[in-house]
Order: sequence, then C-alpha cells, then structure tokens
Amino acid sequence: MALAKDYQSVMARANDIMKKALGLDYEEFEKGGTVFDYDALMKATNYTLDEIEKIQAQTGVGDTPLLELRNITALARKYAKPGYGARILVKDEAANASGSFKDRRAACAVAHAKKLGYKGVMAATSGNYGAAVASQAAMQGLKCIVVQECYDSHGVGQPEIVEKARKCEALGAEVIQLTVGPELFYTFLSVLEDTGYFNASLYSPFGIAGVETLGYEIAVECREKYGKDPEMVVCTTAGGGMVTGTARGLLKAGCKNTQVVSASIDLTGLHMASDVQFNRKSCTTGHTGFGVPYATDPDHSDTPRSAARPLRYMDRYVTTTQGEVFYITEALANLEGLERGPAGNTALAAAFSLAQELPEDALVVVSETEYTGAGKHIQPQLDFARENGIEIRFGNPKDDKPGENIILPADPGLIKCKEADLNHYRRSLIKKAVTKAGLTAAELTDDDYKFLATETKTDVEFVRKALEELGL
Amino acid sequence: MAKRGDWVRIHAIVLKADERTAKLPADTQKCDLEMWTKGFLQDESAEIGDTVTIQTAVGRLEKGTLIEVGPYYTHSYGKFVPEIIQIDKQLREIMSGGEK
Repeated sequence: MALAKDYQSVMARANDIMKKALGLDYEEFEKGGTVFDYDALMKATNYTLDEIEKIQAQTGVGDTPLLELRNITALARKYAKPGYGARILVKDEAANASGSFKDRRAACAVAHAKKLGYKGVMAATSGNYGAAVASQAAMQGLKCIVVQECYDSHGVGQPEIVEKARKCEALGAEVIQLTVGPELFYTFLSVLEDTGYFNASLYSPFGIAGVETLGYEIAVECREKYGKDPEMVVCTTAGGGMVTGTARGLLKAGCKNTQVVSASIDLTGLHMASDVQFNRKSCTTGHTGFGVPYATDPDHSDTPRSAARPLRYMDRYVTTTQGEVFYITEALANLEGLERGPAGNTALAAAFSLAQELPEDALVVVSETEYTGAGKHIQPQLDFARENGIEIRFGNPKDDKPGENIILPADPGLIKCKEADLNHYRRSLIKKAVTKAGLTAAELTDDDYKFLATETKTDVEFVRKALEELGL
Repeated sequence: MAKRGDWVRIHAIVLKADERTAKLPADTQKCDLEMWTKGFLQDESAEIGDTVTIQTAVGRLEKGTLIEVGPYYTHSYGKFVPEIIQIDKQLREIMSGGEK
C-alpha cells in the first residue's frame, strides 16, 4: 500500500525516516533527562582522525595552505598600540575540491553512505555544503539531491544561493528549490523516504568528525612554521559545525591554550522565516540568524541530536556587520591577491579587530576561505541589496541596521567586532534543554548538572546559578 | 512547445498557504510553499503552463507546471557598485604610507 504523503503523515513518520536515512539509532545515546552521550555519538562514526585524513586525501580534500596575510596584518598594526597586532593567518579552504571547508564534512558523510550501501545522498542546505555533497557524490559514484530554501514569494532568489544551485547542478546533483519556510523539512523527509537515500546531514557525527582534520592541520602547520600553537583561532559560525570540529581537532592535537572564537554577522532583528525579510539580508550564512539558535538549541536540526555543539567549545563569541565583512573581503582581494568569500570572511573581519588586542608575536588563525563566483561576490550582493532598497554608504559600522542599511567602514580602523554575551547564550541553552526535557530544576540529577556544565563549557555552579536566575 | 526528452523546469505548490501549520511569521503564513526542479520531459509534448511529469537528474519522477524549456542561469557579477573602487583606492593609499 502506498504511504500517505501529506504533511501530517510524513511528519508523523519523521523518526523512522531519519533512522533509516542515517543508519544510526540515536535512541541508544539518550541517557534520560537532559542527558545524552555525546562522546558515544562521536565514537559511533568508528573513524579515527587518520582514517578521515585518508578518506579526504582520496577526494581532493584537506591539507589546504595556511597563508600568512602579511599586508592585512600590516594594516591591522596601523591601528593597534605599539607592539600589538598579531600575525593573521588564514586556512585557504577554497582550495578544497568544491571550494570550501564543507568538503571535509561531505567527504566523510558520503564515504560512510557508500560503505553502508546507499545509492544516493541528500542534503538540506542553501550554502556551500550542497556543492560539497554533490562533488563528493560525483567522485564516489553516488546520486545526489540538494534541497534549498532559495526564493521569496515573488520568485526572487538571493544571488548567492542561486549560484550555489548552479554549482550543485554542474556537479551532477538534482536541486529542489523552495520558497521560505521551515516546512522545507517536510519536502526533504518526503523525498528521503521515496528515494531511500542517506541523509548527509551537516549535523551528523560523520560531518563533524570531518572538520576535526581542519583544527588538527592548523595546529601542526603553526608548530612547523612558527614553532608554537596559535594563540587564537577564529571561526565563522552559522550552524556551529566549523567551530565544533575545528576545536575538537585542535584539542586532539594538544592545543590546550588556544582560544577558540566564534564570529557571526549580526543580523539581529531579521526573522529567518520571514518571506519579506528573506531578501533584505545580504549574506545568506555566517550570521546570527543561524549562529545564535544553533548555539543555544543545537538539536533543532535535521538529526535527533546534533553533533555540532558550539557552546561546548567556544571561548568567546563576537559579531561583525555585513559592511565590515564586505570591506575586509575587498581588502583580502586587493592587499593579498585572494578573491574569496564573502560570507566565509566573517571570521577574517573579526580577526582583523581581535589581532589588535594581541602582541605582534601572537598568531591569530582564521579557519577558512571559500570560493567566489557570479552571484557570490561583494559586487552582486551589494547590487542586490541596493536593488532591494537597502541603503549602502560609508560610515561607522556602529550605525549598522540589518535589513535597512549596509555601512561600509569609512576607515579600516572602524572595523571593531562586538563581544556577544556568551553567558547569556549559555543560560539560554540550559533553559531550552531543561524545558525540552519537561523538567524543573528540582527534578534534575547530578548527571543533568554535569551534562549541562559540559554543554556550556562552564561548571555545575554556573548551571545552578543559571537555573535560579531563570526561575526554573 | 516542448517535446519528450527536453530539459525543462517545473513549478509546484507543495503546501497552500492555508495548509501551512508550522510556526511562521504572518507574512510567510500568507504565502504558498512553492517548489521548483528540473528534468527531462516525460510527456509526448507540452506547452508552458501544462501539468507535466519530468525525470530529474537522479532519475526521480516529479509532477508540476511546465514553466521553462532549456532553463538557464542569469545571475551575474552585478551592476557597478562605486563604493567598491573607493575601498580599493583607500587601501592603496593607506598601504603606500600616506594617511593612516
């Protein structure tokens, strides 16, 4: 008998569809209350770092150049106090097969799908990950479907997303494009059920384990070239996979004192599921619209439990503005001869500002670059913004209002990332986790307290205080 | 007119506005959830606006309204944005040792 394919029927089967499509039963990691065994989930991949390096090396992924941005460093030093202005380095992840660090995630997910005998892979993404999965599927001989949120109700698409659709198709994938809304998940599940493909989720343990090589490479290359660990690694943060995987890789390499900083473009005030506001943002990823909800509630993704858990790993969370990121993207092209980004340069804009806080002999590593193309470049993105009535002008990025204007810094000295209140996000995670488990503070066990402390990179005392303040 | 085997683009309504039950902002709630994909036309022949079946790149059969035959991309590097060359000029000046 054919299964009913209406919205309610498909959503009611979500758990079964997911189980089949991930080849993993997440129930076995649940430990009651708020607790689940994250380490066991990560171990379930059964791939060591060495094995992952081998998988990636076979498909043109990883071992990307670590470039020292000498001119951008020199520029930053002009605005730092004497003796300050750390060396800024960047991992040129655009050198991966499909042009971004997402290849690291896709390589493992697709290899695993192939090992388990799936005929194809699916991914829900409007970003570089689609191209990464398509590229890996092409190399490893699997079929590929990418589902994108692409258009507003007038059929107008963000140029950046349209380019990513083109690239996926160029690499042999089918691209299903949708208008704005979270019911993308329904279409995704429905097609997943019909095709029996593997869910190459960004948030599966395979995807995150794939990023660990990035952190590991950063550590090894810094030691080889500079004889020390980096003082700081800055990661552009959306869904949190980059910061999670990179930090895990750094830890595996023994970098105990490296500060891990997340950076997102501040898009506060723009609703991510709004049809009208969809095209009033001028960067489609690397922004707080993904960064904050995924940090404070990692498990609202397309897997029962996300392997990307950014608050476990970040030491600081900073924000930049669209104008600052566009400016630094142009600086990267003009001063360093590297045409990359723009969204992936969010961390670079932050690093330019953060390097000024550190002495000259310190190392600040930006964890990625990404490819540039038609639509995915500051000119079409600024042009698109202007066409949509966004005011673009030079000024102080402090006056930035997402959805209304883009303020290009009148002077590079005005690029100043803002410190986000990490403890606020930590409390928010605790609140959501406890509420989701349907518990009150009085019902929490010692295991819950320990788990929530690990989830937020704090201690039991922080969790206790947070629960008191939250009145839970 | 399109004939069997032509590469085409189709459009379909996945959920009508009143069928959308997810937590949505008011503006999105008023819109249908729409879908586009591409594939080889399976019908003998069809006109734009006809309901057709296609076979996609992965071999999936999908139904929808025929909207484009031989679809192609038109995204570009955008129109001139004068601010960009101002950034370039400023950076050259600062780096060549002029103003700070």
